[in-house]
Amino acid sequence: MRRGPGPFDLAALTLGFAFLYLPIVILVVFSFNASKLVTVWGGFSLRWYEAVLTNEQLLDAARVSLGVAFVTATAALVLGTMAGLVLVRIQHFPGKALFTGMVVAPLVMPEVITGLSLLLLFVSLDVPRGFWTVTIAHTTFATCYVAVVVQARLLTFDRSLEEAAMDLGAPPLRTFRLVTLPLIAPSLAGGWLLAFALSLDDLVIASFTTGPGATTLPMRIYGQARLGVTPEINAVCTMLVALVTIVVLVISILQKRRLARERIGPGPAGRNP
Amino acid sequence: MTTARPVREARPRIEPWQDPDAVPFVRIQGVTKTFGEVYAVDNVTLDIFKGEFFALLGPSGCGKSTLLRILAGLERPTSGRVLIDGQDMTDVPPWRRPVNMMFQSYALFPHLSVRKNIAFGLEQERLPRAEIAERVAEVVRLVHLEGLEDRKPDQLSGGQKQRVALARALVKRPKVLLLDEPLGALDKKLRDQTQLELVNIQDRLGLTFVIVTHDQEEAMTVGSRMAIMREGQIAQIGTPSEIYEYPASRFVAEFVGEVNLIEARFASVNGTTMRVRAPALGIEIVTDRPVPALPGEPLWVAVRPEKMSIAKTPPAETGYNCVEGEVFDIEYLGDVSVYHVRLDNGLFLRATEANKLRLIERPITWEDRVWLSWGPDASVVLKT
Ligand SMILES: Nc1ncnc2c1ncn2[C@@H]1O[C@H](COP(=O)(O)OP(=O)(O)OP(=O)(O)O)[C@@H](O)[C@H]1O
Ligand SMILES: [Mg+2]
Repeated sequence: MRRGPGPFDLAALTLGFAFLYLPIVILVVFSFNASKLVTVWGGFSLRWYEAVLTNEQLLDAARVSLGVAFVTATAALVLGTMAGLVLVRIQHFPGKALFTGMVVAPLVMPEVITGLSLLLLFVSLDVPRGFWTVTIAHTTFATCYVAVVVQARLLTFDRSLEEAAMDLGAPPLRTFRLVTLPLIAPSLAGGWLLAFALSLDDLVIASFTTGPGATTLPMRIYGQARLGVTPEINAVCTMLVALVTIVVLVISILQKRRLARERIGPGPAGRNP
Repeated sequence: MTTARPVREARPRIEPWQDPDAVPFVRIQGVTKTFGEVYAVDNVTLDIFKGEFFALLGPSGCGKSTLLRILAGLERPTSGRVLIDGQDMTDVPPWRRPVNMMFQSYALFPHLSVRKNIAFGLEQERLPRAEIAERVAEVVRLVHLEGLEDRKPDQLSGGQKQRVALARALVKRPKVLLLDEPLGALDKKLRDQTQLELVNIQDRLGLTFVIVTHDQEEAMTVGSRMAIMREGQIAQIGTPSEIYEYPASRFVAEFVGEVNLIEARFASVNGTTMRVRAPALGIEIVTDRPVPALPGEPLWVAVRPEKMSIAKTPPAETGYNCVEGEVFDIEYLGDVSVYHVRLDNGLFLRATEANKLRLIERPITWEDRVWLSWGPDASVVLKT
C-alpha cells in the first residue's frame, strides 16, 4: 500500500519544479510588468505585448520562424515517415545497420557541428543563404525525430491489418492510404508537431545557416537580449512558451488517446508465432 | 444471435474425391516454403474439391498457417504451384485472388465501423453503392449482426468480432474461403455453436472452405475431409472417420484421438486375416485389414480405447486379442470413464467405457483383475 506524499517528498517536488520552472515563471510575470525596468514590479500592464505587435522587426522574425517551422515539419514528416517505414518494414537490406545508425546519429550530434557542416556545404555549393537554407538545415535534423517517432509506432502495428486489406482486394498503395495511414495518423501528427516545435526553438543551426533577410525569432530575441533585456522580449518569450505548451499538450493528448485505444482494442495479435 | 443450439442441417453426401472424373477446385502441387533453414511447408501436394469443407490439422508449428497464407497469396512458395478453379495463382498477388481469408486475430480495421469493415472488400471492387449496401445487409443477417452495424470493433465482444471477420470475408463471395483457427478465441460452448453455424453457412452458400485448426474435434466436426500435417509435410489425407478408424501412422493415430499402441512382429496372412505376435504381451493379435509385411518385420498395432471391452471374466476365446491385468486407475470424465489397466509385465493399456451406471454402482473398481479384449476389426496394423 502507498501512502500520500510525505513532507520530504513535497519539498523535493517543489524544489525540483522550482528549479525547472521558476525562471520561466519570472519571465512570464515580468512580461506583464508596467515598469520599463526588468527587475522592478510596477503594476500590471499589457503594454509590452502591444509593443511586440507593433514591432515590425520582431513580427518579421516571427513570420520567418513560423514559415521555416511549417515547411520543416511538413518536409520532415514525409521524409521521416519514409525512413521509418524502411527501417521497420524492410527486413534485410545491405547497409541496414549503418542506415539505422545514421538516422539516429543527428539526434546526439552537437548542434554546433551540424550547423557548421551545413554552413560549409552551403558555402561550397555557393547556395545563397536565407529562408531555404535554414529550412533545409532544420529538415535534416527534424527528419530524424520524425523517423524515430514513426518507427516506434510501426513496431507495434499489427501487420495482419494490412494483409487483411490486401486480401480484401486493396493493392499496397490503397492499403497504405485506407488502413495504415489512418491508424498511424496520431503518431504522424505528433511527429509533425515535434518537428515544428524543434524548428521554432532552434537558435544555433539557424544562426549558422541563415543569411540576410531571414532572421528567425530566436535569433532576433538573442540579438536584442545582448543589447539588454527589455520587457518586450519577455512578452515575446511568453508568447513562445504558450505556443510550445500548446504543442506539447496536443502531442501528449494524441499519445494518450492512442494508448487508450490500443489497450481496449483487439490487442497485438499479428502473425502466429 | 440465436440462444438455442443450432442443429446441423442435414447435408447431402458429396464425395467428389471418390469420383475419378471430378476435377479438383484447388490444387496445391509440390509446394515448398522455406524460411532460411526452416522448411515451413515441405513438398505438399493436395487437391481440394468444390463445396468441400477441408480441414488442415496438425501440431503447432507444422506449417498449417503458412500453407493457408500461400493459398491466400500472402506468402510466396519457394517452389511448386497453386491452381484455383483451373487458373495458375502462383504469381497472382493477394488482392487479385478469388480467395478470402478470415484471420486468426480477426484483423478488423479498428478505425472503421462494422458496416465499413464489411463493405471494405466490396468497395475495392468499385461496385455501385446500392449493391454494396444490399450485400452488406444480406451478410449481416446471415451472421446475425443486426443492430451492431455502427459500432467500432473495440465495442464488440469476442464472438461478435469473429462474426464480423467472417462476414467481411463472406461478403466478397470468394471461390475459396480460408479460415485460420477462426474459433480459437471463443469459449467451448460458443465454439461448438459457431462450428455448426459455419457448416450451415458453408452448405447453404455452397462455398469451398479451408480451415486451419489444431483442435482435432473441431476438424472432425466441420471437415468433409482433413489433412494431418507434420513438420511441413502431409501425414495423411482422408475423411474424419477414415483417419480416426484407419490412421496411416503412429503419429496420426496418436494425434487424432486416444490410442493404445502395441509393438508387434509380423506372423502370417491368410486371406483377409492377418496375425501378428506381440512379444511384450505374450499374445497374438488378429486384424481384418492385412498390410504387406515381411516375416519378423517390426510393426505396431493401434487399438482405440473405446474399442477395448473390459470385463472381470475372460472372454470366450483367449489367446488372441485379449490380455489380463489389474485396474490401476479410473479416470472419471463425466460421460465416460477411462480405465488404466496395468498388465503383468508392467505395460499399461487404456479402455474407455460409457458411464451408463453411476460411479458407485459400477462393477469394476480399483485393483480388480480384469480382461481387456477387442475384435479383429478394432486392431489397425501400422508400419511407421
Ligand atoms: N515469417 C516467418 N519467418 C520465419 N519463420 C517462419 C515464418 N512464418 C512461419 N515460420 C516458421 O515456419 C514454421 C511453420 O509455421 P506456421 O505458422 O505455418 O505453423 P502453424 O502450423 O500455423 O502453427 P500454429 O498452430 O502454432 O499456428 C514454424 O517453424 C515457424 O517458426
Ligand atoms: Mg498458425
